[in-house]
Amino acid sequence: MLWGMSNIPAQFTGVRKNYGTVEALRGLDLTIRPGELLSLLGANGAGKTTAVRALLGLIKPGSGRVEVFGGDPRDARSRTRLGAMLQVARVPETLRVREHIHLFSSYYPDPLPMPEVIAAAGLVGLERRKFGELSGGQQKRVLFALAICGNPDLMILDEPTVGLDVEARRALWKQIRAFVAGGRSVLLTTHYLAEAEALADRVAVIHRGVVVKEGSPRDIKGDSATLEDAFIDLLEAS
Amino acid sequence: MRTYLLEIKYELVKALRMPQYTLPTLLFPVLFYVFFAVVFGSGRQAGGVKMAEYLVATYGTFGVMGAALFGFGVGVAIERGQGWLEAKRTTPMPIQAYFVAKMAMAMVFSTIIVLLLFAVGMYCGGVSLTLPMAAQMLGILVAGSVTFCALGLALGFIVGPNSAAPIVNLVYLPMAVLSGLWVPIQALPRGLQDFALWLPPYHLSQLALGVIGASRGESPALHAGALVVGALLFSTLAYAGFRRDEGKMYG
Repeated sequence: MLWGMSNIPAQFTGVRKNYGTVEALRGLDLTIRPGELLSLLGANGAGKTTAVRALLGLIKPGSGRVEVFGGDPRDARSRTRLGAMLQVARVPETLRVREHIHLFSSYYPDPLPMPEVIAAAGLVGLERRKFGELSGGQQKRVLFALAICGNPDLMILDEPTVGLDVEARRALWKQIRAFVAGGRSVLLTTHYLAEAEALADRVAVIHRGVVVKEGSPRDIKGDSATLEDAFIDLLEAS
Repeated sequence: MRTYLLEIKYELVKALRMPQYTLPTLLFPVLFYVFFAVVFGSGRQAGGVKMAEYLVATYGTFGVMGAALFGFGVGVAIERGQGWLEAKRTTPMPIQAYFVAKMAMAMVFSTIIVLLLFAVGMYCGGVSLTLPMAAQMLGILVAGSVTFCALGLALGFIVGPNSAAPIVNLVYLPMAVLSGLWVPIQALPRGLQDFALWLPPYHLSQLALGVIGASRGESPALHAGALVVGALLFSTLAYAGFRRDEGKMYG
């Protein structure tokens, strides 16, 4: 291990972020452990996307610390170990699937071989298609491919299955599970409770910029009949 | 290094696959040139040379400016607005690679536009430039595109993705006319001629006109200095916009 590096994939310590008078994060404490899939669960506006953006070094926290493997998220060294799938409105549509992957792979020192990326993202047979010619589910899988092509140790998935039908959602779940099975970590934000329950080792419920409850999906569920009941009880209590 | 080359390569590929955006940028300056220089300018003079020769320099400036403002400025504004620039920023890619690739594209476009103008000028307008003169003019114009790339970048970071194209047009067209790119600067009223000193395209066109001895005789150092100051000013604005993005949230 390098000096100053840590094997903790990501850590938020007392992170605050305001947008004008809106407090998006109000002292967020959260740790992503090695080899786990942590689901950050919250309603729209709870602070999920802000947390992700702070973790990726796209915004600067007002106060507090965000560390990626013990380093500054904005360092190229930290970013080398990260892969992210963000909610992108549009991707250049005239480039082909393999061209997008080729370009993104060139950003990383030790990328996965192209055929592995294509297989891991379920894009076999679509390599020569232009991005604009793909279905919604296929486009999401290309974004997933761009997130894993650098062979990251931590993957950030920001609401990866929004807008997908059941089949496409389950296909992506399968690819996410395969990634975690390799011993790597994932932070997955979602407002689909079923998604958190199906994938997560641990769930952190975020509400108005702080984590209100953390634990395994079973812990969170407690005595409630479903995770959804537990979630609604939690939000009403806080 | 490989990242830089691939960024440039795929910028080119994107441009080639979108001829509906690429062709107008390349052809507008040439069409305007044909209209003003070949059709209406034949037999006339400006700055002591043939109108068709004079306007090669000014429409060259016009084309270089358009390639930089649209390819660079509008391109950045759109990719930034769609979240694509942000997706790239999460990778270890050096952010400069993104800008260098876009700038290289603007320079490739600029070269094509200027060469098209030379060809049209020679075959239709009776323009006779020696090879060293043509090379010098091309070099000046392409180097000058840096200032307009910086302006495009500043606009790209200040304006929103949807308003980018109209706002760039609002800057581009008046600035071109007031700098004496459409009709020679001497044909503008005296007050506007003085005002042109504040406009970067005026300075680039005067440098290009200097190659054929048709400038107004101001010091080339003044023109070059104005372009450098412009480039620094616009880059600073662009950087401020870039930093502002870091503190803000979109979507």
